[in-house]
Amino acid sequence: MQTSNKKVKNIQFKIFSPKLIKQVAAAKVVTPELYDKEGYPVDGGLMDIRLGVVDPGLTCKTCGNKLKECPGHHGYIELARPVVHIMFVTTVLNLLRCTCRECGRILASDAEIAAQKRRLKKVEKERGLKEKDVAIKLFLQKIRGVSKCPHCRSRQVNVSLEKPTRFLEKDKRISPIELRSRLEKIPDKDIELFGIDPESMRPEWTVLTVLPIPSVSMRPSITLQSGERSEDDLTHKLGDIVRINQRLFENINAGAPEIIIEDLWDLLQYHVTTFFKNNVAQLPPARHRSGEPLKTLRDRIESKQGRIRHNLAGKRTNFSARSVISPDAMLKINEVGMPSEMTMKLTVPERVNPWNIEYLKTLIEKGPLNYPGANYVIRPDGRRKRITDETKEELLEELEPGYIVERHIIDGDLALFNRQPSLHRMSMMCHKVKVLDGKTFRLNVAVCHPYNADFDGDEMNLHVPQTEEARAEAELLLEVPTQLVSPALGLTIMGCTQDAVTGNYILTKDLEFDRNDAVQLLYSVGIDNFNKFGRKEKVSGKDVFSVLLPDDFDFLGRNGICIAPAMPCKECKMWKNGKCELDARIEIKDGKLLTGIMDAKQLSAGKGLLLRTIHKQYGSTKTAEILTSMFKLGIKVLLKRGFTIGLSDVEISEDAKKRIEEEIEKSLEEVERLIEQYKSKELTPLPGRTRKETLEIKTLGVLNKARNAAGEIVAEQSSDINPIMIMARCGRAKLLNLAMMSACVGQQSMRGQRIGEGYVDRSLPCFRRGDLGAAARGFIKNGFKHGLQPSEFFYGAMTGRDSLMDTALRTPKSGYLYRRLSNAMQDLKVEYDGTVRDCSGQIVQFEYGEDGIDVSKSEQGTINVQKIITDVCGE
Amino acid sequence: MAEFDDLFKKYEGLIPESLLNDVKDHLPAKVKKSDVQKILEKLHIEYELAKIDAGESVGLIAAESMGEPGTQMTLNTKHAGGVSELQVTIGLPRLIEIFDGRKQLVTPSMEIYLSDKNPSPDKVSRIAAKIKETSLNELVKTIEVNVADATIEVDLDKNLLAKYGIRTQAIAKALQKGLKNVNVKVKEDSLFIKLTKEGEELNKLYALKEEAKKTFVSGIKGIKQVLPVKKGDEYVIMTAGSNLKKVLTFEEVDSYKTKCNDIFETLKVLGLEAARQLIIEEAIKVLEDQGINIDIRHIMLATDIMCATGEVKGITRYGIVGEKSSVLARASFETPIKHIIAASERGEIDKLSSVIENVMINQAIPAGTGLPSLRIKSEGAVKK
Repeated sequence: MQTSNKKVKNIQFKIFSPKLIKQVAAAKVVTPELYDKEGYPVDGGLMDIRLGVVDPGLTCKTCGNKLKECPGHHGYIELARPVVHIMFVTTVLNLLRCTCRECGRILASDAEIAAQKRRLKKVEKERGLKEKDVAIKLFLQKIRGVSKCPHCRSRQVNVSLEKPTRFLEKDKRISPIELRSRLEKIPDKDIELFGIDPESMRPEWTVLTVLPIPSVSMRPSITLQSGERSEDDLTHKLGDIVRINQRLFENINAGAPEIIIEDLWDLLQYHVTTFFKNNVAQLPPARHRSGEPLKTLRDRIESKQGRIRHNLAGKRTNFSARSVISPDAMLKINEVGMPSEMTMKLTVPERVNPWNIEYLKTLIEKGPLNYPGANYVIRPDGRRKRITDETKEELLEELEPGYIVERHIIDGDLALFNRQPSLHRMSMMCHKVKVLDGKTFRLNVAVCHPYNADFDGDEMNLHVPQTEEARAEAELLLEVPTQLVSPALGLTIMGCTQDAVTGNYILTKDLEFDRNDAVQLLYSVGIDNFNKFGRKEKVSGKDVFSVLLPDDFDFLGRNGICIAPAMPCKECKMWKNGKCELDARIEIKDGKLLTGIMDAKQLSAGKGLLLRTIHKQYGSTKTAEILTSMFKLGIKVLLKRGFTIGLSDVEISEDAKKRIEEEIEKSLEEVERLIEQYKSKELTPLPGRTRKETLEIKTLGVLNKARNAAGEIVAEQSSDINPIMIMARCGRAKLLNLAMMSACVGQQSMRGQRIGEGYVDRSLPCFRRGDLGAAARGFIKNGFKHGLQPSEFFYGAMTGRDSLMDTALRTPKSGYLYRRLSNAMQDLKVEYDGTVRDCSGQIVQFEYGEDGIDVSKSEQGTINVQKIITDVCGE
Repeated sequence: MAEFDDLFKKYEGLIPESLLNDVKDHLPAKVKKSDVQKILEKLHIEYELAKIDAGESVGLIAAESMGEPGTQMTLNTKHAGGVSELQVTIGLPRLIEIFDGRKQLVTPSMEIYLSDKNPSPDKVSRIAAKIKETSLNELVKTIEVNVADATIEVDLDKNLLAKYGIRTQAIAKALQKGLKNVNVKVKEDSLFIKLTKEGEELNKLYALKEEAKKTFVSGIKGIKQVLPVKKGDEYVIMTAGSNLKKVLTFEEVDSYKTKCNDIFETLKVLGLEAARQLIIEEAIKVLEDQGINIDIRHIMLATDIMCATGEVKGITRYGIVGEKSSVLARASFETPIKHIIAASERGEIDKLSSVIENVMINQAIPAGTGLPSLRIKSEGAVKK
């Protein structure tokens, strides 16, 4: 690879003068023909080989390079008559209106000019370019109406623009020739007042006399399979221009009548205009023969698919792979399982040195088809050689330090792993490769949360860094353990999910093992130090969990079962004999879990302080290790104990069923009563609401209460070993899920309201018109196990559809907000002096976040002062 | 606590004030001076460790932190927070509204606190009624056209007048002001409106009646709805519609706590710092309402960039993004051609000092690990 130490320091934007266009041009285009009979590009045609080559085999006449090496060269056309450049019409109009038609001076007195110049300088310096534009606009508006030139005293005539490109003086047209000569008269010193830099642009350059022709490389032609050539849209457009231009030349030379010349001139103007911009409001767009509008210059640059956003702001890359993902809880969280097929296609360049030469030779020996082997050898002169059976011997012979071998990926290589949409920096993290069988990428389930991945067919991308710098950055800044804490809120973004939560919950709640079983369990997780068990023959689940924790770790917290998280334990009514009845107080002392049950509140992503505290004390690598083993432990516990649900788990007793039915019946009656009241106009409206709204609000309240009551009855009568209850308690599922299955699904709402009128005065045709009752407005009184009425099923479908719609509409909206935010704030960074500034050096904040704390290094945005105090003073 | 003042003084400037105050609040009642010393030392070390690194792209992190949860927000535009509260825009549309810097809100509203901290509910509703924009229609018992006399007879509702605390005279005055070419006479609780120009047709009178009905007679213009609620142990009047300037002139109103959700109105009445605070509070309110938890620093940064120039600017192509110093950065956002053409007229120079321009030309970006540069003395230079 060739590198250059040159750096672009800045880029200035200017406009080509006709002279410069001719100077940089490699060829003058004179004929609309493209190829001769043999299919060879015509000299002076649009595909002239002086303009670059796009065909294999040809050599560029300008630079002598072949295809791909020749960068392409510009050409030009001499226009028979000048035409207006569409992009500068407004500027030209401004210039015409505010300068004298005779002498070309700006319509302001010398004193005014001097004052305005001073003002502009000041505004630009103090308030920026945008404000300067405003000041210019105001000044020009002021002098527009001046009827007499203050310099030569000649009368002024109002100039107007007949869109898109005709300038009129009263009703008389100003021909581009006249236009150009007028613009020429405007002196440099006056141009500045229009916000134009005379060095970069002379006004008359906006009336084109020569047209630059983009190089062939910019508009390559494609050879179709049938051997036919298909030209680029730009070539088509340029062909039109050259053809009309030639005809115009001929007619002028032949002394044709003025009308014909005018017509051709207008046509030329049209073609040049659409060459720049093909969607001018007043012009019909130029089209292909198929009727599809041509993509001309502006379309190429603008929009998401344009040059800037598609090619310049976003790049393509080699050494990448994509596949479906699937879970593998036995991987470490910073590993990625990679199919062996990929490892033989993707490579890592490794420089040969005396210490690895033998090893690399064995890889070359194996070649590209045997794993682990190598695909290419790069000589010090930059030549790439593919390793084949023929070249193998030769390459082995000449290999010496300084060569680079592109070897296959092996275990432990670094790779960037990414899932789109890449909404935050944790969407692209560095993993260590683990070569596995199969064709999918494998990843630990704990990293699903930051990627927002699941395994219903999601695909992910993988990139292999190719330089030492890239690898170093990937490892130090992007590796999974370094991303454990989210910069959005300062809590861990990875944690236990699903079975891992349930497993740890059950483990720390009520499991007990023989020592041997416990050792077996932990060993399967990858732990072989059992000092913490001491001499115990029976160990509790809490002891087993403690083995994962560091020896000097202290922690105090409350889990999700706690009924009063804000109250000190000692004042809680559940606190008896120094113990919490619910076992909600999590106390870890010297790395031993003394009391408390682990649940989602402690272990899962974005919630628990346990992981965050471990991270703070022991660092990211250790935390990643602990998290990995916690995860594995949870799963292994479930594997050992067994965990499943069946239909009988949503079954409830007859008695409970009755009570629920009564409860719902009662609420339905209540709703009926409300409707009666509404109909007889007895219902008093809530302040600021109509009576109908009041009815809706009240019925919603009643029905929600009914469902909650049903849920409570279900919870009450379900046993503690009911797996759904276990999942609900540990924070993995909600109690609501169980209630919906076994008792009552409840009110379906669309956009925060009961289901309204899809048909005339009713939600579904099976109800009476004007029925406001619960059943007719989306209340599902049955549970999923019992089965739904057809109407109820429809309500479910309706809300399902509504939420789909909501997602579909929301994504582009939030995406645009995000794009605007990131575009506005991308150049803000912390300087060495601690201030936050934008790229022009303007201070935005004197200290980041007013205290300079990095959220991803903090605990929920602050430093835990309480903990420091307790550490020093004791409790 | 006074005994440790000198200790705390020593750490001023080394540790942010907020953290020092935190320590003061959490110190146990009996604590040795040496312990306090230890605590502060430890805090100082932790603070240094938690400090942000130079070159960190805090802007992008903030954008990510707000953009990512944006995908999880609901689109439901309006909602009745609680049972009977007023409708306010929530969720993503409100967040967009805030960051756009829109001048016209969908649901402007105010929270009016009262200077009387312990008023009777009666008094509260009286104040509320006084504030609400009221038209004649809301105060009348009957309003009729007397054909014979060519007058409009308005019979006012005494009870309502008492409730709103308006005198009949005041209404007459308001009508005189609000309607053109009329003569208003008062007789007890009735008003008689007569056209000043004689010989007008009757239907004009009917039109006048409708006009009179809508005439604004009392309250504050723009306050469409009032709703007294109890917040904690304080009465607050929530309103739909806002008019901060007028409301603040009311004696009964606690002008320190009263606020409205319109950023530009706040900017005009209370100034930039108040507007900045309001943006932060409103954004946090929206996010918290959606159950999204993000650090305040990110919102603060976005707000600060909106307010950095001394006026509130939206994050749009007309606002901040359109004012970037770099041509290419502007072009990469929206309407690239416009920016490039304008830049070439001015002969603008892009110094390639920010992120996107360097991405475009394949150079290291001046942030993060791309920021530091290395200078070495080459041998040749030493000899010279």
